[in-house]
Amino acid sequence: MSRPISEEEYKKKLLNRVHLWIRGEADPYTDNIETKELHDNTPNEEVLERHQEDREQVIKDVFDTENNKFYKLFFRFYKVASVMCCVVLVTLLVITASYLPPKGDPTNPVNNEVAAKYIEDGMQDTGAVNIVTGMILDYRAFDTFGESNVLFVATCTVLILMRDDKKKAQKNTVEKKQYEPKADSILQQITAVLFPIIVIFGIYVILNGHLSPGGGFSGGAIIGAGLILYTNTYGFKKTQEFFTEKTYKWVSFCALSFYCLAKSYSFYTGAHHLESGIPLGTAGDIISSGLILPLNICVGMVVACTMYAFYTLFKKGGF
Amino acid sequence: MQFVQNVPFFSIMISMFSGIVSSVLPEKAAKRLNAVMIIIVNIMSLWLLYFFLTADVKSYTFMMGHFPAPWGNEIRAGVLEAGMAWFVSVVMLLSLLGGRKKLFDEVEETKHNIYYILANLLLSSLLALIYTNDLFTAYVFVEINTIAACGLIMIRQNGRTIEAAVRYMIMSLLGSGLLLLGICMLYDLTGHLLMSNIQEQVAIIMQTGTYRVPMLVTIGIMTVGLAIKSALFPFHSWLPDAYGYSTVSSAAILSSLVSKGYIFLLIKLFYRVIGFEYIADSHILNVLFAFGLCGMIFGSVSAIWENDIRRMIAFSSVAQIGYIYMGFGLGTEAGMVASIFHILAHGATKALLFIAAIGLTDVSAGSRKFIDITGAAYRNKIAGVGFMIGSFSMVGMPIFAGFISKFLYAEAAVNAISWRMFPTLIVLAISTILNTIYFLKTVLRIYIPEKPEVEQEKGFFCRTWKEQKLYTVTILLFIGLNLILGLNSEPIIQLIKMGLANFK
Repeated sequence: MSRPISEEEYKKKLLNRVHLWIRGEADPYTDNIETKELHDNTPNEEVLERHQEDREQVIKDVFDTENNKFYKLFFRFYKVASVMCCVVLVTLLVITASYLPPKGDPTNPVNNEVAAKYIEDGMQDTGAVNIVTGMILDYRAFDTFGESNVLFVATCTVLILMRDDKKKAQKNTVEKKQYEPKADSILQQITAVLFPIIVIFGIYVILNGHLSPGGGFSGGAIIGAGLILYTNTYGFKKTQEFFTEKTYKWVSFCALSFYCLAKSYSFYTGAHHLESGIPLGTAGDIISSGLILPLNICVGMVVACTMYAFYTLFKKGGF
Repeated sequence: MQFVQNVPFFSIMISMFSGIVSSVLPEKAAKRLNAVMIIIVNIMSLWLLYFFLTADVKSYTFMMGHFPAPWGNEIRAGVLEAGMAWFVSVVMLLSLLGGRKKLFDEVEETKHNIYYILANLLLSSLLALIYTNDLFTAYVFVEINTIAACGLIMIRQNGRTIEAAVRYMIMSLLGSGLLLLGICMLYDLTGHLLMSNIQEQVAIIMQTGTYRVPMLVTIGIMTVGLAIKSALFPFHSWLPDAYGYSTVSSAAILSSLVSKGYIFLLIKLFYRVIGFEYIADSHILNVLFAFGLCGMIFGSVSAIWENDIRRMIAFSSVAQIGYIYMGFGLGTEAGMVASIFHILAHGATKALLFIAAIGLTDVSAGSRKFIDITGAAYRNKIAGVGFMIGSFSMVGMPIFAGFISKFLYAEAAVNAISWRMFPTLIVLAISTILNTIYFLKTVLRIYIPEKPEVEQEKGFFCRTWKEQKLYTVTILLFIGLNLILGLNSEPIIQLIKMGLANFK
């Protein structure tokens, strides 16, 4: 049996509050939470029109298109030529792809002794159950060393571009605040649960890189994502308590130097046909497969630091 | 195996390790470490070259790890590789020394050690490109090379360098993408990444004629990818800004070494991966030949139009890269030797020109306009001498390096016995005249005295060698390098021939 209730009573009911929250008219947590006012970022027509006008103005001023017939022709030619180039390249590649060996054919040239050895002897040679890890960190470790240096040099380049040393000198604290996130309690509660799980999972993926799918690159990316989540929740000030530019510098320095020195030793002994003296252990154990585990840890540290460094550099131009 | 045979491995690893260490060092220590490292690499490469000349071993492979070649990584050294490594380290050292003061002025102080990180990694990637015997390793180091070069361009931060770096990045990544596509397709066709194994498979493919079409496309896109990265004529639009506005050491390194690293990889691709006889049969060399000839003329014409001395030198690079590709296009051993000699001659000369030009513009209140550098050679005598000798070498005056390479090109063209002889000779003559026009015009201008009152009005000043000792020494060493290449060309050409014979 339902009975009619007064409007005031109805307003206090849970059902009504949920209903209103779903419709977006009221927020049940309004008193506890700082919400950011949304403002419409999509450019309206007026702004778009102004941009277009600016663009045309710039082209007109720079190239003097009204009086300069060459540039008028050039711009027309440019559009046609770029489309033509793309079409020609795409056609060429598609035609070539149809001539390539058919996919999955056992007589293909790629199914040769190289791949066979990786699959058959991979475990005895490297001690890693995961063949891919064995390949990238033992058979072809030199390439992977190059790859981790690609990450390192990329961070250096982003540092050049984004790190704002002039702002640092002024110690402009007012501007720094704009990068700090709003203290959102839902996000903070969830991050408090998720962050340790993410990091532990990342560490798991790194440590089991030689046993199961995963490894330094993927595990490092997971930890880096966790760090980015942490920063977005608690702000840079709190992250700086354990991760500053100095931390980044030393962690990547230690990881890369260890990689460089350990692999140099291994390359040197390998080239001179000496025993490296690093035990491979029993395949399947956590501590096995010789240098692969420490190298995975190094790669993971470099990747995690690089991900976080990219994020913070793009966000506020410094650590 | 003798101990000296570790040199390629050591030089790559030392330069990488010093790059990593530089990240935690203060600026001064990073600077010193960089210089010491390059000198060590230099001495080691010389030692390796000496070993090759005295011992019976003319080339050998070095296993990077415990697994032999098709499974593990491998590097390979020969006379040509050792010589190139020595040359790269010398030019790198001199370029960094010559531009050190300018770097100090133009780049924020907190970013100096990043500059040395990039320089060290760039050297390591160049060395790896020179020594590698594996296509995928080559690709990884091409990536390092590209990113580091981009950083070197934009470390001097103003609008023009950022724009130049973006252009460089886009064009260079297009080149890398094509190269990677080519490597993937080549792997699909041959099942190998190791250069010597690919060559065996390619020979089988060419004989049986199964995968002719994809093979041709593969060679084509790899060649085009590397040509874009080394600024062959129609793909050169990124070059003038990148060389013209970056800090002077970067410009010298980029023009003399980075583009040459890609060209060296292309030579490897021709000789060791595909086999030169197949390349010569395909029509790709004709395309390279035509683009090279166009580049020789249009690069010089653009340089004549230019009113900015740095951009003029940059455009001259387009012409010189055209020379190198024209030599490839001749399709003969002699053309290849001439091109390799020109790589050395251009590397030694272009870095000298960039560094001398910066001395001239510095004493002209930083202006790079031609009207302002009038009489600059009297204000900064050593820079004037350096620029003059660099110009003479580029134009092709006897006793300097450029003369020998032009002579070798002409000789190769005459001996080629094909329709390519007349176009080569004619364009060579036209290009030489155009070179003379813009280089000697500049030399004349810097040696025309400017009126003292004008100099005072514009804020020009004089600089003696005592105020710039390091710079003077650098210029003198560059001139010495040029003279060595010009006067001792015969043994160097013998070395190149010997290296090419053992290159396969």
